[in-house]
Amino acid sequence: MHEILDILKKNARTSVEDIGKMLRLSPEDVATQIETYEQSGTIRGYRALVNEDDLPGDRVTSVIEVKVQPEREGGFDRIARRISGFPEVKNMYLMSGKYDLLLFVEGDTLREVATFVSERLSTLDGVLSTGTHFMLKTYKQDGVLMDGEKVDERLPVSP
Amino acid sequence: MSNTSYVAAHVKALPFSGIRKFFDIVASRQDVISLGVGEPDFDTPWTVREAAVFSLERGATHYTSNRGDPVLRQAIARYVARQFGAEYDWDQEILVTVGVSEAIDIALRTVLNPGDEVIYHEPCFVSYRPSIIMAGGVPVCVETRREDQFRLTREMLEKAVTSKTRVLMLNFPCNPTGAVLSRTDVEDIADFCMTHDLLLLTDEIYAELTYDAKHVSFISIPGMKKRTIFMHGMSKAWAMTGFRIGYACAPADVSENMMKLHQYAIMSAPTTGQKAAAEALERGDAAVAEMLAEYNRRRNYLITSFAEMDIPCHTPAGAFYAFPYIGDLGISSEDFAMRFLEEHNVAVVPGEAFGQSGTGFLRCAYATRMDNIREAMARMAQFVARLREEKG
Ligand SMILES: Cc1ncc(COP(=O)(O)O)c(C=O)c1O
Repeated sequence: MHEILDILKKNARTSVEDIGKMLRLSPEDVATQIETYEQSGTIRGYRALVNEDDLPGDRVTSVIEVKVQPEREGGFDRIARRISGFPEVKNMYLMSGKYDLLLFVEGDTLREVATFVSERLSTLDGVLSTGTHFMLKTYKQDGVLMDGEKVDERLPVSP
Repeated sequence: MSNTSYVAAHVKALPFSGIRKFFDIVASRQDVISLGVGEPDFDTPWTVREAAVFSLERGATHYTSNRGDPVLRQAIARYVARQFGAEYDWDQEILVTVGVSEAIDIALRTVLNPGDEVIYHEPCFVSYRPSIIMAGGVPVCVETRREDQFRLTREMLEKAVTSKTRVLMLNFPCNPTGAVLSRTDVEDIADFCMTHDLLLLTDEIYAELTYDAKHVSFISIPGMKKRTIFMHGMSKAWAMTGFRIGYACAPADVSENMMKLHQYAIMSAPTTGQKAAAEALERGDAAVAEMLAEYNRRRNYLITSFAEMDIPCHTPAGAFYAFPYIGDLGISSEDFAMRFLEEHNVAVVPGEAFGQSGTGFLRCAYATRMDNIREAMARMAQFVARLREEKG
């Protein structure tokens, strides 16, 4: 019974009253369940899904491929933890293939991201090389299309 | 100028759909929240649209075989077998049509001799009665009732059957009532057909959209396949109305004769639609399930809202329509719909558009976004309070 989560994942601002009506539960039961999720950490937080492209300014996101030297003890974890600690790093994954770590790094300007890469990231012990790609346009984010508007083209009444 | 009408008398005598007048009024207004739309608000699943685009790129822009693309017919045979538990020969017993709309038309024209009586139930889809008449049949209407959750019962049918009855025509889950039949109902009605040696035309276009129990198809009942024309299509569960694809599964001789009418009138169903339909049947289950879950939440929202307003509404267990009763508010459903539109800019369809027995009811389609439904219900609560005040 994770329907409450399904609804909140689509729209975190759905009221407990509305969720109750959709699932035929009382608002109190919905609120209790949400609290349980929050306390257990299943729900980690709520945030707006923003299309950064719409905002003024040149905020940039880059994807950085990083090759690192794994260590005899601990493998990738120690260096990975070190890199993931930087607040500029929004998402980070260990990958199979040509490089080891994939980072999503955000900054207010291109220079800021470039500086982070050249001064902080590449200089770390164990980082062998980096490849930085800047994102140019967002088409889809977290399952939501960001490019273009949806219009209802249906006839207003039909049998 | 001559006064001769070029229109045949029997066509002239055919009434316009009750929805048409209302449609014109709604269409002339701005920013209407419409619960009057009888088609999904969801876009066709992307894999399906992508398959259609791919077929165009590859140049699949020609006629298909009259019966329909073999790939699609085989997909239909597999789907019907796994979903409804009946095996059909894809080459002899399946015909791809331009929506269930065409299937209804050619099925009736194929089987009716002039004067044959067809039992059907009201409130029902707008095309049933005219299609029976245009096929030379005599429509015999059975009225389903709120107190039976708009189910059709054997007793009602026994009262309507005569020596001239040839066909029973059904639509469950039902547009506009949202009614479904239980397994026992289906077995009883199947037995009725066998007892009176009737042909069954069953329009199960909403089969996937049931909320409280899995749909029971008439073709799953032993002995029914040979006396049934089973009609289904892609419009509703797969949100593919514009692709115009339906199909009819029927015994080979019936199917072959339906094919003649289809061949002469239509040639073949739209090719792009057929390619898309094959993809939908093979890889569409997850998308259907997701839409179903969303419809269910909206349905629950509507039912709860009507209960809060103290408006009686049976629990619609299928399709995407609620059919609340407003007959106690001292206003006809037509006036309700008109004033609700004028005063609150929300469109609902008056029940009589679906037959006389729909009087006093409204059809509220929940094939529209949740925020529209929430707003429509908030406005309805205001409107209903106002009506109660007026009534005193
Ligand atoms: C009960 C019923 N049958 C048939 C149809 C026609 O559907 P199609 O798009 O397959 O022609 C509809 C559409 O509203 C319907 O509600």
